[in-house]
Amino acid sequence: MKNEWPLWEVFIRGQHGMSHRHVGSLHAPDANMAIKNARDVYTRRNEGVSIWVVEAKHISATSPSEKGPLFEPSESKVYRHPTFFDIPDEVGHM
Amino acid sequence: MAEVDQKALLQFLLRMGDNTLVLGHRVSEWCGHAPVLEEDIALANTALDLIGQTQLWLGYAAEVQGEGKDADALAFLRDAWDFRNVLLVELPNGDFGRTMMRQFLFDAWQSIMLGLLQKSNDKTVREIAAKASKEVAYHVERSSETVVGLGDGTEESHRRMQEALDYLYPYVGEMFLSDDIDTAMIDAGIAPDPAALRSEFDSLVGRVMAEATLTLPDGRFAHKGGRSGYMHTEHLGHLLTSMQWLQRAYPGAAW
Repeated sequence: MKNEWPLWEVFIRGQHGMSHRHVGSLHAPDANMAIKNARDVYTRRNEGVSIWVVEAKHISATSPSEKGPLFEPSESKVYRHPTFFDIPDEVGHM
Repeated sequence: MAEVDQKALLQFLLRMGDNTLVLGHRVSEWCGHAPVLEEDIALANTALDLIGQTQLWLGYAAEVQGEGKDADALAFLRDAWDFRNVLLVELPNGDFGRTMMRQFLFDAWQSIMLGLLQKSNDKTVREIAAKASKEVAYHVERSSETVVGLGDGTEESHRRMQEALDYLYPYVGEMFLSDDIDTAMIDAGIAPDPAALRSEFDSLVGRVMAEATLTLPDGRFAHKGGRSGYMHTEHLGHLLTSMQWLQRAYPGAAW
């Protein structure tokens, strides 16, 4: 498959000054065309005001096999959640 | 400019609207057939932009015509001899490369034309041009980059793009021809002289072809007859059969 275009991950910022969110991926020959393809594939219904693309191979990710050591230790540490404070009623919804 | 010749204005609007209608339909033929998903959606977006522009041009044309018709009636109930699009846009798609070459040649012309139409004396023409020019600015960027990518690509893509250019170039000249209708539009300050667009077109196309390592044909011979309605190619009738069949078979069908 050496003639395949590389894979790009696409991040779009919505209308309201939110952070860029991962929306999907696509193929393109270079970064410039990846942005154009992202515009055509992912913003047809007025979804965005800004696009980031990054070639998928440049993303480092955790491995599913490391799930135990990476994430399980935090399961037993409920005291890290700020749920032990009495909130006065006057504060309202936080 | 109190007395604008309404018949000439109607012809001018049909020329603008039929160009985008016929090319929009041609490009839509790729839907579901493009070489990759990304290009498929991009082509469909372009087709939809062109059909949207058609609604504006033909909508205004129907108003000027004053026979109680609308854009749909003009699009779906006229026959080939009443169409006023240039021959370039009715030519069959060919391969993906030829489609993109045709797109670029039209986009290049349209982007210059819409720029000038934004200075028109006619308010509606100005507004349509302003709206369409944003879409077309993207079209020409995308099609020019694709022409460069394929022209300066592999041996095969280069060969196909050169063949596409050689095939399509004789259809370019028609976009710059003038007749009495153009003279009426120039006198009324509604539209520019088509011939006046040629030098900017040549410099844009020349720049892109050089970057694409493609050679522009020397000859300036131009097939014509589309924008005057004198004689379309055989391809337009076939296109209309497919585009108009539903309204022809079920008159007034709506959804």
